[in-house]
Amino acid sequence: MPVVELQHVDFAYPGGPPVLRDVTLRVEQGEFLAVAGPNGGGKTTLLRIVLGLERPQAGTARLFGEPASSLRGRSRIGYLVQRAQLGIDSPVTVREVVAAGRVPRRGLVGPLRSEDRVQVARAIERVGLADRASAPLSTLSGGLQQRAFIAKALAGEPELLVLDEPTAGVDVDAQEALASLLEELHSDLRVTILFVSHEFGAVERFVDRLVLVRGGIVFDGDPAALPAHWHDPSHVHP
Amino acid sequence: MTLLMSILDADFMRLAFATGAVVGVLAPAVGFFLVQRRMSLIGDGIGHVAFAGVAAGYLLGISPVATALVASVGGAVAIEWLRTRRRAAGDQALALLFYTGIAAGVVLISAAGALNANLFAFLFGSILTVTRGDLLLVGVLGIVGLALIAAFYRALVAAALDEEGARVSGVPVGLLNVLLAALAGVTIAVSMRIVGILLIAALMVLPVIAASRVAWSIRSNMLIAIGIGLGSVFVGLTAAYYANLAPGGAIVLVAAGAFVVTSAAAAFR
Repeated sequence: MPVVELQHVDFAYPGGPPVLRDVTLRVEQGEFLAVAGPNGGGKTTLLRIVLGLERPQAGTARLFGEPASSLRGRSRIGYLVQRAQLGIDSPVTVREVVAAGRVPRRGLVGPLRSEDRVQVARAIERVGLADRASAPLSTLSGGLQQRAFIAKALAGEPELLVLDEPTAGVDVDAQEALASLLEELHSDLRVTILFVSHEFGAVERFVDRLVLVRGGIVFDGDPAALPAHWHDPSHVHP
Repeated sequence: MTLLMSILDADFMRLAFATGAVVGVLAPAVGFFLVQRRMSLIGDGIGHVAFAGVAAGYLLGISPVATALVASVGGAVAIEWLRTRRRAAGDQALALLFYTGIAAGVVLISAAGALNANLFAFLFGSILTVTRGDLLLVGVLGIVGLALIAAFYRALVAAALDEEGARVSGVPVGLLNVLLAALAGVTIAVSMRIVGILLIAALMVLPVIAASRVAWSIRSNMLIAIGIGLGSVFVGLTAAYYANLAPGGAIVLVAAGAFVVTSAAAAFR
């Protein structure tokens, strides 16, 4: 059973032009997939349809074999939102951020149990923030903050890890380090990863598959098979 | 200490302090999540609806605290419904609630012929009006409110930190928002005797903002806010007793003073 299955999906926001046309996409368990494309090309919309946050006007979207918008057992998804910024003004430690990611798995009521605390500590260690666990998040660089949010997604022991523009606003070195971290997570945990970015340079050498989105899927395959001109940022893609 | 003991000689002050202790803990604990969700002004809106509830109590001849509780929880849930169903933008939903609440209150209170000093006590708080029945109701509601916050603490934090991420992973964010709104309604009803309908929202918000200047984590922010809330209530009530002031104003001014102190402390850190 594929983790993600979109068939002939069309989508437009109310009163707007079509954003996606006839999109068919299948992601198998354990794949590391990069979804790339220009800003406004529809990749975030595609992601929202995959996650069941938007319903397509035509076609079907299934997640873990169930209709995406009515999926039960959503704790199987770990999601790093675009420009992951804190929704709160209060100071917050790395450990508090990561522990929040344990809620979907543990349930709404009551304190964390010892096995939850172990998972939280393990997630923090995996992203290399063990020595900063008690530090206020605001004292960390952008790249390290993204690592904390990845740890938050990992704390729920997800089967599908979805990252929307995780490298936005992060310097090149931190982008490389994040990409290496994701590659390591993929090979260690065999978690299915959907990595959405307007550019894919940092992860290109790690991913199994690259999907380019521009109003629809214009390329789907091995990054090595991508025509050379797509790598040229100055090229205007049709 | 002697000063405090002499205040506590008076029965009405013991009732006021006991009620104030519940208010001082509950208001910042609920307010913490309202501030983080950028819903700081919702307390004001619910306060106006609580005013209509108090007026209905006078008209019907039943406990104004009980009718205010029903009105404020109902109003809080209504505003959340309006906001999430996109029937109205957040500020429009608040405006609807604000003005309908205050207008209904004025109409009901004039129909009941109760435009008098008792009403003034509900608007700005009073240390003389807390009854044993009020204290029992406030105590029970306060314990239920705090128990709910303790039980749902992690989930409320998760929804405040990253609403969409929590929603995608199956956290029922809408349900938590309704719970939070209802808790805000309970807090208003519980607090209005001491702080007053027009000022209670300030006690939910100011201690949290003051604490955030010196806190280092979510937990420390909440605990320091509760400390400031309790301190503001006790100092404010004491000042109100000795200087014959409206306690609501005195309490909120102490909380505002705490903000100045913590901001200065943060600047010198």
